[in-house]
Amino acid sequence: MTAQTGVHQSRKWVYIPLTMMALFYLLPMFVMLNTGFKSFAEVSLATMWKLPTSLSIENFQAAWEILAPNIWNSFRIVIPAATISSFLGSINGYVLSKWKFKGANIVFPLLLFGMFIPYQSVLIPLTQVMAWIGLGGSTWGLIMVHVIYGIPITTLIFRNYFAAIPDTLVEAAKVDGAGIWQTYRYVLLPISIPAFVVVYIWQFTAAWNDFLFAVLLTSQDNWPVTVALNNMAGSQIIAWNVQMAGSFLAAVPTLLIYIFLGRFFLRGMMSGSLKE
Amino acid sequence: MTAAAPEIEVQQDTATPKRKRFQMDDWWGILWVLPSILAVMVFVYGFIIWTARVSVSSWKGLTPDYTYVGAQNFVNLASDRRFHIDVKNTIIFTLVFVIGCLLIGLGLAILLDKGIRAEGFYRSLFLFPMAISFIVTGVVWRWLMNPSTAEDRLSGLNLLFHNLHLDFLINSWYATPTWGIAAVAIGAVWQMSGYTMALYLAGLRAVPETLREAARVDGASEFQIYTRVIMPLLWPVTLAAVIILGHSSLKVFDLIIAMVGKQIALDVPSIYMWTTTFDGFFFGRGAAIGMVLLVSVAVLVIPYLWYSLRQESEG
Repeated sequence: MTAQTGVHQSRKWVYIPLTMMALFYLLPMFVMLNTGFKSFAEVSLATMWKLPTSLSIENFQAAWEILAPNIWNSFRIVIPAATISSFLGSINGYVLSKWKFKGANIVFPLLLFGMFIPYQSVLIPLTQVMAWIGLGGSTWGLIMVHVIYGIPITTLIFRNYFAAIPDTLVEAAKVDGAGIWQTYRYVLLPISIPAFVVVYIWQFTAAWNDFLFAVLLTSQDNWPVTVALNNMAGSQIIAWNVQMAGSFLAAVPTLLIYIFLGRFFLRGMMSGSLKE
Repeated sequence: MTAAAPEIEVQQDTATPKRKRFQMDDWWGILWVLPSILAVMVFVYGFIIWTARVSVSSWKGLTPDYTYVGAQNFVNLASDRRFHIDVKNTIIFTLVFVIGCLLIGLGLAILLDKGIRAEGFYRSLFLFPMAISFIVTGVVWRWLMNPSTAEDRLSGLNLLFHNLHLDFLINSWYATPTWGIAAVAIGAVWQMSGYTMALYLAGLRAVPETLREAARVDGASEFQIYTRVIMPLLWPVTLAAVIILGHSSLKVFDLIIAMVGKQIALDVPSIYMWTTTFDGFFFGRGAAIGMVLLVSVAVLVIPYLWYSLRQESEG
């Protein structure tokens, strides 16, 4: 950015509101960690804002004991869901951008609208169908639902990615005698790794953070961490300090992704919309 | 960050519009996307039609009952006290959420656009709530917004305000009559204002520097440059943000459940639909609420989709 002198002079004060807002954004994180690291003896609502006198992991241990099976469930749901979603999205995006067939202009908007619907308008049939095909309560049913309702966003991200790739590349492959599959496998798939990362991260985060589908479609044994955490927070038996530690544990996987692969996460966010 | 266009960002096809296509490949292409198209047709459109059918039925209880009752479920909703609370709460929530996100988002974007050194750091910080589940943040906000206002029982933010000698800020948060839902909306603003910032920042970066300079040459103050030159150019961003935020506020569910549970005073249509259908087995009424939600979202989103896609095809 070419900065003007006027801008130069006014730059320093900018840090004051920015830092104040940063504190606002960090507030919940601070409370989670500050409370989480206190010992049981030291925890009290009245001293919520005091720093711990000594570090203890009692709260995290207690939360882990309750949530560990659910965190494992979350991984069992989210990894297959994100993997299948990525490949489906990749194929759809490729066909819709490079092998446009008649009617593609109708199909694409119809797909996109699926991204915005309030899921309350499909939940009743969904439970009926899931029970009917025998997937009610299982993790596979939930995986399938994440994949299907993820089709719009994953297709959109891949379509945008492939649309930016010159058609001459596809034409050249055609001239060389490559069909639709070879063109995909040898030309477009290898150069679409960044889009894969974006979509994978997006779907991983969306599925990990999902609550609505999970609470409706999984039985207690298969609850992912969001459902278990909400249940834990609603119970009167589990102390709030353990809830804080549990909240942090539930946030760790997506936070790590954000910290290390934030760039890709951002790209997914900007190309779609919110999907929750 | 790249200056990606916000909105649905439908990428331009850089290709020559008229390509030679092989008839065979048309069929292969269709075959490849067919599973996805069928899945969406069934799970989105088929299910919507199904829900619409349930919404005009008298289905109560666990056994499906498709006896046609016309618009009865919708008529009942119109005079349903609980649904009135839902509508009121949705309006308050949407106003606080959308306006809060727009103001904070725009403010942060303008500050970050000043070209400061730590920009990347702040940007990442403002955006990290997007990566976290509403359930996690809801649980934390529940304790932060502990509604107790009695001096000896203060905790969370109220205690913090007391410690900072800002006692006038102490309030009963989500336990406040009528306006309690606004406290929940603050939690939602926390989560999504960073996203709004990212939209605005991309929009600001797309404003050519020459325009600002031209305005400066013409003697415009920095403030005037924002109000007269930049803001009008950011209209499309604002529109996109309003639609994306507005439609998600109609759908809000997780955050309220995690923060305050299912309370009538803090009820919204998405939660009413849930409880009446899956706890109370009033499937007809639940489907009617689902349809009302769908239509509200469609009214916002369809014109926007149509506009975005038309822009693309016009190039």
